[in-house]
Amino acid sequence: MPEQPGRNAIEVRGVRKVFGTGESQVAALDTVSVSIRENEFFTLLGPSGCGKTTLLRLIAGFDFPSAGEILLHGQDIAPLPPFKRPVNTVFQNYALFPHMTVAENIGFGLEMLGKPKTEVKARVAEMLKLVKMEALSNRRTSQISGGQQQRVALARALAPQPKVLLLDEPLSALDFKLRKEMQIELKRLQHETGITFIFVTHDQEEALTMSDRIAVMSSGKILQVGSPWDIYDKPAERFVADFIGETNFLTAAITGMGNGKARATLKSGVTIDATVAEGFQPKDIATVVVRPEHAKLTSGKGDLSGTVENIVYFGTDTHIHVRLDSSEAFTVRQQNTRSAGCGFELGDKVGISIGNDAAQILRD
Amino acid sequence: MASRFDIRRQTGFATIAMICFFALYLPIVTLVVYAFNAGSSIAIWEGVSLRWFYQAWNNNQVVDASIRSLQISSVAAVVSTIVATMAALATTRTKPYPGLGFKYAFINQPLMVPEIVTAVALLIFFSRIKIWTGYSGLGYLMVAHTAFCIPFAYLPIRARLENMDLTLEVAAADLYATPWKAFRRVTFPLLWPGILAGLMLAFVISLDDVVITEFVKSGGQDTLPTYMLGQFRRFITPEINAISTVFLLISILIVTVFFFISRKKDQE
Repeated sequence: MPEQPGRNAIEVRGVRKVFGTGESQVAALDTVSVSIRENEFFTLLGPSGCGKTTLLRLIAGFDFPSAGEILLHGQDIAPLPPFKRPVNTVFQNYALFPHMTVAENIGFGLEMLGKPKTEVKARVAEMLKLVKMEALSNRRTSQISGGQQQRVALARALAPQPKVLLLDEPLSALDFKLRKEMQIELKRLQHETGITFIFVTHDQEEALTMSDRIAVMSSGKILQVGSPWDIYDKPAERFVADFIGETNFLTAAITGMGNGKARATLKSGVTIDATVAEGFQPKDIATVVVRPEHAKLTSGKGDLSGTVENIVYFGTDTHIHVRLDSSEAFTVRQQNTRSAGCGFELGDKVGISIGNDAAQILRD
Repeated sequence: MASRFDIRRQTGFATIAMICFFALYLPIVTLVVYAFNAGSSIAIWEGVSLRWFYQAWNNNQVVDASIRSLQISSVAAVVSTIVATMAALATTRTKPYPGLGFKYAFINQPLMVPEIVTAVALLIFFSRIKIWTGYSGLGYLMVAHTAFCIPFAYLPIRARLENMDLTLEVAAADLYATPWKAFRRVTFPLLWPGILAGLMLAFVISLDDVVITEFVKSGGQDTLPTYMLGQFRRFITPEINAISTVFLLISILIVTVFFFISRKKDQE
């Protein structure tokens, strides 16, 4: 999808967040800058402790940055308390008010904004319809299932028509099937409401399938921002390549540059073309990544050669683990067919051919 | 069938339980039964009558002591619950800091210090103030009762607050509720059963206090329990049983009312 340079909903500029004091000081966010566009489904992806939730809390106003600015449509909101920000949150544990009905929960934000009763009622009805919960509007939140609570939490956060909706791992408490349903549901809601969604998750598959753009975070830093396709196929750093999907790392000597590509000579002596992470000038030795599905196993000679070490059957495909002659490990993913096995056996001497435009050089 | 160890089914447990129940309730049952004795002994049964209830009802000293008890306990329960609620909010809605444990201990001090020590201290303290101010009304008893009721009101309120999900208040703030509105619409309604429990507990504790009241009261300020204690120094009639029975009834009534209120709250 071509990137459309829209207006920015949120701009995070040089934000730092430090917890603790003195010796025990920890930087949860280390000078982070990122722009999130209007009407975008933007995902903060990373392992636990990477700072993604901290960034979300700073945007919501539950915490305040130690340094830096957070702009909402160009206005610095960093010093504002949460109740003065046109931003709403869907919490990981939903945080529904147990002493109110479903409808009262959904209407709470509008009521706090001082909207007239008739308007609140109409909007609540609209929201109930949007999340398909009309039948349960008078139930207590303790009397509905986890998936229904999730919908109520969404409706409650969407009802005041926030400029930005924040979602803090909202699907993590749901079982697999419900999670898949809610992923589609979330995409639909985002599309129908046209509200900017900022979604926090540690689940790379969730991020790839739902997002317009993803920011991959680690140790309080944003390592790469891009479309799912960018992040998967053109990882800029080892962490990104490793965290998202499976991948092969090869050490190569850089022997030339041209057309945005580098000539990389692998340890097997074969030279291939590889794209280079944006704005990176590779030195003599660099790391090349190749996704397992972008390489092909042959019984003859290929770009690399080695011995089959392990074969793992996955139903849709088979993973063949090869120990290269250079002693590096390499995995090839091969689509399965109904008629035959994968065609290789343990101990087979095999060649691996790397497709055109399959290799990427990391900014190590 | 293989015999398995079950802590609930041990030889002798039933017997021990029965002994405990008898030790607890048999004296109370006896007391209530003899409240209806027609004779004037608390040990010899002479037939059923309500005369001792009539006598107590027409005894001005009993009526005055009862009214005094209710006045003191009501003021003490309400004031101590308000103080305890604020203390509980202040000690739970904060990040742990050095000295917080000391504050818990400070609030709960009346539970630890022997009552007689507090009683003597208050007696000396208040007698000075009486001399300075010349005031000798029920205020001293109300202040004293309020002070020792605070920890009893504090415990259930704090327990309720600690079990409350803090994200609920964050969620309220996220949904445009100012801190005051978040408290009024979310924290307070969820805290209410705890506050009620604290109020009831404080009331009951204040109502049957003897030691501190006995020391702090001025002449003619008997509460119902100190009046009853005074009666034991004289000739005892089943009138005391009748008063105790009514007392018991009121306690049961309070506990029952609270039980139904809190159950309704939880069901909501």
